[in-house]
Amino acid sequence: MRSDRIVIVGAGPAGMRAALVLAGAGLNPVVLDEAPASGGQIYRRQPRGFTRAYDKLYGFEAGRARALHAAFDADNRIDHRSGTLVWNIEGRRLQTLHDGRPETVEFDRLLLATGAMDRVIPFPGWTRPGVYTLGGAQVALKHQACAIGRRVVFFGASPLLPLVASQYAAAGAEVAAVLDTTPLRAKLAAMPGLLAGGKTGWKGLVYLARLAARRIPYRHGITPVAALGSESVEGFAYTDASGRRHEIECDAIAFGYGLKSEWQLADLAGCGFEFDAGNYQWQVVADEAGRSTVPGVYLAGDGTRIGGAELAEIAGERAARAILTDLGDTGQGAALAACARRIGGQARLRRAIERAFPFPAPLARAIPDDCILCRCEAVTAGEFRASIDRLAPHDVNRAKAFSRVGMGRCQGRICGPAAAEILAAARGVEVKEAGRLRSQPPVKPVPVAAFADAAEDAA
Amino acid sequence: MSGARFRRLAETGRPRVAITVDGAPVEAMQGDTLMTAILTARGRLRVSEFGDGPRAGFCLMGACQDCWVRLEDGRRLRACTTFAEAGMAILTGAEEGADAF
Repeated sequence: MRSDRIVIVGAGPAGMRAALVLAGAGLNPVVLDEAPASGGQIYRRQPRGFTRAYDKLYGFEAGRARALHAAFDADNRIDHRSGTLVWNIEGRRLQTLHDGRPETVEFDRLLLATGAMDRVIPFPGWTRPGVYTLGGAQVALKHQACAIGRRVVFFGASPLLPLVASQYAAAGAEVAAVLDTTPLRAKLAAMPGLLAGGKTGWKGLVYLARLAARRIPYRHGITPVAALGSESVEGFAYTDASGRRHEIECDAIAFGYGLKSEWQLADLAGCGFEFDAGNYQWQVVADEAGRSTVPGVYLAGDGTRIGGAELAEIAGERAARAILTDLGDTGQGAALAACARRIGGQARLRRAIERAFPFPAPLARAIPDDCILCRCEAVTAGEFRASIDRLAPHDVNRAKAFSRVGMGRCQGRICGPAAAEILAAARGVEVKEAGRLRSQPPVKPVPVAAFADAAEDAA
Repeated sequence: MSGARFRRLAETGRPRVAITVDGAPVEAMQGDTLMTAILTARGRLRVSEFGDGPRAGFCLMGACQDCWVRLEDGRRLRACTTFAEAGMAILTGAEEGADAF
């Protein structure tokens, strides 16, 4: 059992906890992560030389973040290789770029804990300087102690919406308004489930109370119209729940509609996918312990099921125990059952969060023709619709071939969900019938020079 | 040239790091990403190669790939995940309208 090479991709809460459980069982997992330090996005660390305290950075989650960071840092059985981009999977080999050098890492068991990013819907003006994702706005503050502008509007439908807005306000940024696309009645209907699910829902209420205490307006049922301005953001236009148009002066906008899994590596590994109606997105198929459909490939965290840091950590432990079980350790049953109970106990809360911050698909289907849909290649929604009318692609991969939407440097991470909605609308089908953009290696841009240099060294 | 986009809210006592952006001196701080270094000095990061205007990054977590800039020696760097180092000479393409990628 000890000779098995176990590799974890991702050093966020899922990957870190999994590594700790495996190390605790006497194994030496390798953890590959693109960032210079462990933590992932939610527990992302500030650079060396920064001095803000944990509670300033992580709020209610400070204790959890500190405990996980400390345990991970102290465990010398974990081989953490930071600065390592995994850009391809071939059989049992990972192709990586480690501090700019190409390397190959072989594995017997692989745990993918690749996390998530903001899910967005393009709106007029969204490529203008000053418009960022909610997660991006949070990274600017947490990692760089910066606000994305002087006066910021936050909008969308995401657990990050009240959270990041209140973090900005607490840090001294001016928050012009927080505008939720979810109708108030939908939010109220989700409230019992939110508050019955432990502390999470109550924390959300605290964020709202903090915004209210600063007299920051929080509106429900809004529809984004445009980011105003020419060279950069000068305002935000929206319509309220009764259809009246408003304009707010601001120089920055942060928006997002929940999170989407970063599952490109699972795709390259050949894992099965399914459309999850609750999260309203494609997800990697995992069994009750985090095993994918590919033997030896395991899954945990937001890269598999959007659930947040706390659930990701439990799922990381669960996948690690599944690996131990599959290696012949027969003593994991009780601990696995405990993980399953803790995850199952959050099921009602997860459903309530999905209902409280639903993806507003009609907004994506109604993106104006002159609005840029694909920001990598500057293709408008109208150009995309025209290519659909002309060439009648059946799925998003054919639509990509005909329009270049999804073919840019981000591989459709940003425009993919909206493009699928537009295609589904044109075909008159549900979005899952439009399919899922296939991932391609390298999953992120890799400089060809790195390989030329390596070839020279080898010669 | 428009004004600074990012606003520093804390951690302003760090050692300074001198870089240039399109030839102009910019005083960054140790621990700044290139994105922070550039956007605390100016309002944009690069210009879209398709003529639809300036950009200033988007996701800040290495996913959207909308913040690539160049060094004078031709190397390309993703501004949100690369730390500023003393002496870096960054070209954004913003001045000459060139392709920054």
